[in-house]
Amino acid sequence: MSGTGTGHGTNGSAYAESRETTEGRVYHVSGGDWDDVLADTEHDERMVINMGPQHPSTHGVLRLVLELEGETVTQLRSVIGYLHTGIEKNLEYRTWTQGVTFVTRMDYLAPLSNEMGYCLAVEKLLGIDVPRRAELIRVLLLEINRIGSHLVYIATGGMELGATTAMTIGFREREEVLHLLEFLTGLRMNHAFIRPGGIAQDLPTDAHEKISEFVQVMDKRLPLYDQLFTGQPIWRNRLKGVGRLPVDACLALGVTGPILRSAGLPWDLRKVEPYSRYDEFSFDVPTSTEGDCWARYLCRVEEMHQSLRIIRQVLEKLEPGPVMVADRKIAWPAQLSISSDGMGNSLAHVRKIMGQSMESLIHHFKLVTEGFTVPAGEVYVPVESPRGELGFHVVSDGGTKPMRVHVRDPSFVNLQSMPAMAEGGLVADVIAAVASIDPVMGGVDR
Amino acid sequence: MPEEKPATGGEYSSAERAEQGLEPRGSRPAKPVVAGRAREGMFGVSGSGDTSGYGGLRLPAHTAPPAERPYGGWFDEFADQFFAALAENEVPVEAVQQVTVDRNEITLYLDRAHLVQACRILRDDPGLRFELCSSVSGVDYGEDVPQRLHSVYHLTSMTYRRRIRLEVTMDVDDPHCPSIVEVYPTADWQEREAYDMFGIVYDGHPALTRILMPDDWDGYPQRKDYPLGGIPVEYKGAEIPPPDQRRSYS
Repeated sequence: MSGTGTGHGTNGSAYAESRETTEGRVYHVSGGDWDDVLADTEHDERMVINMGPQHPSTHGVLRLVLELEGETVTQLRSVIGYLHTGIEKNLEYRTWTQGVTFVTRMDYLAPLSNEMGYCLAVEKLLGIDVPRRAELIRVLLLEINRIGSHLVYIATGGMELGATTAMTIGFREREEVLHLLEFLTGLRMNHAFIRPGGIAQDLPTDAHEKISEFVQVMDKRLPLYDQLFTGQPIWRNRLKGVGRLPVDACLALGVTGPILRSAGLPWDLRKVEPYSRYDEFSFDVPTSTEGDCWARYLCRVEEMHQSLRIIRQVLEKLEPGPVMVADRKIAWPAQLSISSDGMGNSLAHVRKIMGQSMESLIHHFKLVTEGFTVPAGEVYVPVESPRGELGFHVVSDGGTKPMRVHVRDPSFVNLQSMPAMAEGGLVADVIAAVASIDPVMGGVDR
Repeated sequence: MPEEKPATGGEYSSAERAEQGLEPRGSRPAKPVVAGRAREGMFGVSGSGDTSGYGGLRLPAHTAPPAERPYGGWFDEFADQFFAALAENEVPVEAVQQVTVDRNEITLYLDRAHLVQACRILRDDPGLRFELCSSVSGVDYGEDVPQRLHSVYHLTSMTYRRRIRLEVTMDVDDPHCPSIVEVYPTADWQEREAYDMFGIVYDGHPALTRILMPDDWDGYPQRKDYPLGGIPVEYKGAEIPPPDQRRSYS
């Protein structure tokens, strides 16, 4: 529409020349006065439509209320709360250790990040340090989980844009991740494996080989994504220049994670505020200055490669040692073993407390029913989840249960940027924008 | 912002300003901020003649202790810069009710009347630069606690890699707090959540509505006095009591 404002009708009015006929008014349109003609009629196509909360393209139970002019989005509002489970409130009536089983269910694609943030917060309140081996295993699990989460982003995001191949191969690779996590922690999802004071159980004896196999498989398969998507014109055209969000908008809206990094700020908490020995690893923080869906896609693919790099380094660094703090007043539950159906009590431990030591039985009972007390105070601990800054604001009043746990979930905060990304664009690009935020509604609503 | 403001780390920077005596001494409230509830008894026992200590356990409410100079680490440099910036912007030093340093985190208890201006200073002052408001959360410290509702803000300075916590305390009868959305747009949904769950009314918020609970919901679910409800059991009308009434350790 380069001819805007020129080529008006000869009578100088804002409209094209017209004459009345028996069939109605007929316009004479010539040259570039389409804008003026359309200005009169554009509001005829305004409509307000509801997308979701049960819509295959809204990434879960997200409801979007769109005001459209034809195919252009003029206003967008996100409506959330359909998956509100009251986890924060529930935590106030459970012991500190039981809390892990709740937080792991929030952002269900990154359960280990939730556990990590929560446990780091409890450990900071307790003022305890976790054994080195436990810290390294935590890093290992977090990075495996990050790969799985990013694979789901590609799988579901691709499916929402119509690429069912993305769906099938994304979930195929994620299955590898889940199999490995099941082997290592006993459960595919909602592991409750990271506990205050360490981890629930040491890794199985042949973990090293299984993880190495996994790394080899992923090394072979990740380049497939470059072949299938990065070079593919449809994928590129659907994502390039779509849902752009520059750095200043990201900061104003509190957006973190791959969205912020793809806008140009290399803000990765693993680098800038290293926790759990992340400073011992060498890895790169991929950034870009484009700030669009395409850059976010590339950023996440590269992060998977970097995660593999970290996993390889963890394997080199892992040395035998304790995986739980030595303090028996905190190390809960005392002993566990991993059986085919998940977690179970170790038979050796049951034999000891039931048959040999009355004191051990009392201690076990007290620790499991009452739990441990945590000194009063409050902390805020952020970790870098696959979606951005996952912060835990935990308040203790000195009891055996949290006084308050607030979760700053990156999905919740990042989702606020939807109107900024989508308004003024086409309705098809709304889908691309939602997919690029990669919100997990379990985390948004908690 | 005055033009002659010195550059951070340069001459006349925060380190030197400490000499000007900008401490909020004498401005602290007579009583420190109570941040916890008193707990007594196990299994809910109270007032019994039990001398075993088992039923008579009593713990006073936790109060966050005010910190004394030097705070340690970067906290002193930050505090100097912050109080100097407050003075430059003619914010009374009483705006900061208490400073607490605990577990390597600094908390500023602010008077709600000056919250928005303090946030603006924290965001814009070149020596402070808290660009990101990480989190806004409500906390309810329990029914008997004075000023039981807290609105807690976690600010992040990406420039200096620092994190601070601001806290505003409110009585449940007057749960009003100014909204910081105009300074940090990201607080929009987070303030809505705190309103939804705690009934903290953020004055000046563009659209303060419920966000997670249904629009017509009664009450504020995360307040400590919100009834929890039990679970009915199919046996002679029995009911599993709500979690806060079950037999449990304190």
